Amino acid sequence: MTNGPMKTDDLVAILARDAAATGPDIHRRLATAFAVAALAAVALMVPTLGIRGDIAAASTGMLFPLKILAVATLAVGAIALVRAASRPEAELPRGVLVVPVLVLLVALGHEVATQVPANLSARMIGRYWGVCLVAIPLLGLIPLAAILAAMREAAPRHAVRAGALAGLAAGAIAATAYGLHCTDDSPLFVVVWYGIAITILTGLGALLGRRLLAW
Amino acid sequence: MRAALAGDEAAYGRLLRELTPFLRTIARSGLARAGRGTAEAEDIVQEVLIAVHTKRTSWIPTEPLVPWLRAITRHKLIDHLRRRGGTGHVDIDDLSEVIAAPSDEPGIATRDVVKLAEGLPAGQKAVIHAMFVDGKDTKDTASALSMSEGAVRVALHRGLAGLAKMLRGTV
Repeated sequence: MTNGPMKTDDLVAILARDAAATGPDIHRRLATAFAVAALAAVALMVPTLGIRGDIAAASTGMLFPLKILAVATLAVGAIALVRAASRPEAELPRGVLVVPVLVLLVALGHEVATQVPANLSARMIGRYWGVCLVAIPLLGLIPLAAILAAMREAAPRHAVRAGALAGLAAGAIAATAYGLHCTDDSPLFVVVWYGIAITILTGLGALLGRRLLAW
Repeated sequence: MRAALAGDEAAYGRLLRELTPFLRTIARSGLARAGRGTAEAEDIVQEVLIAVHTKRTSWIPTEPLVPWLRAITRHKLIDHLRRRGGTGHVDIDDLSEVIAAPSDEPGIATRDVVKLAEGLPAGQKAVIHAMFVDGKDTKDTASALSMSEGAVRVALHRGLAGLAKMLRGTV
């Protein structure tokens, strides 16, 4: 059969010959990628920016623990979404995003209850919003690369959405690492500036996903 | 499928052969529902088989296989319909005729993958040609092309991945 159309039986025979043992399944690959992502973000943050000096004192307050809890639960939720989005048959567990939203609402309630209204806009702008906007996307680049690399083996139903979720996970992981450095603890600051920084990575993930994750 | 993921060629071949009629049924009913001729079904079956192959680590071995297969097939069917959507030349009369008189050779796709393989790098093209057109096995291909069997396997693997990419790009 030279140059004729392909017979399915022949294709099956060829595919079967390529049956070499595969590596780990997509969940295991992703688990490794998330571990690499978290280590990379923290390992890059500590020597460059450094953990905040008053971390012991800040930990006894309300807002610093709530800030870390919000971005960490966002990271956990995004990881669950990436795991589901990588499999063609899985439904996205959208409910996981309720947790970080609730944590932020509690923190916002605390903020409004304890601050005079005149202070709120100054606390929203904070001190180091510029550093935040540059540092979180930079800290998220290696995590995004690690997650997308693992997802090349994935079969997402929507490449753009899967890429965006990879960006969200990378952004939340980077924000958690950055949160250990940052002394702007107001939830208003977190919503605005962390929000913008994570959105940048989410958008980058969506752009890359369209190119890298379509199949 | 578990044996296949561990590299058991015989089990994998058996699995793919057993899957093919199932995939063909899904592809035909999907095409019929979209008002398309079932003549394209075999192209979809082959695209799905290649996707099952290249994406097989996205199946989690503790999960049921059928929902995963359905999802892969659905994805490729939608992809196929979207790519060919603009050139819908099949009308209902055509369709009823096709359903009434199925092809004697349901295993043959309308697309020529051997021609498509011309676009692959020379080494991969030679391996695909030797194994597919000449029907050689891994060992004979290796000696004919003076390659190691391992290198033949790698070239075959990359060649199939390349073909999967090209199938996605063709209209």
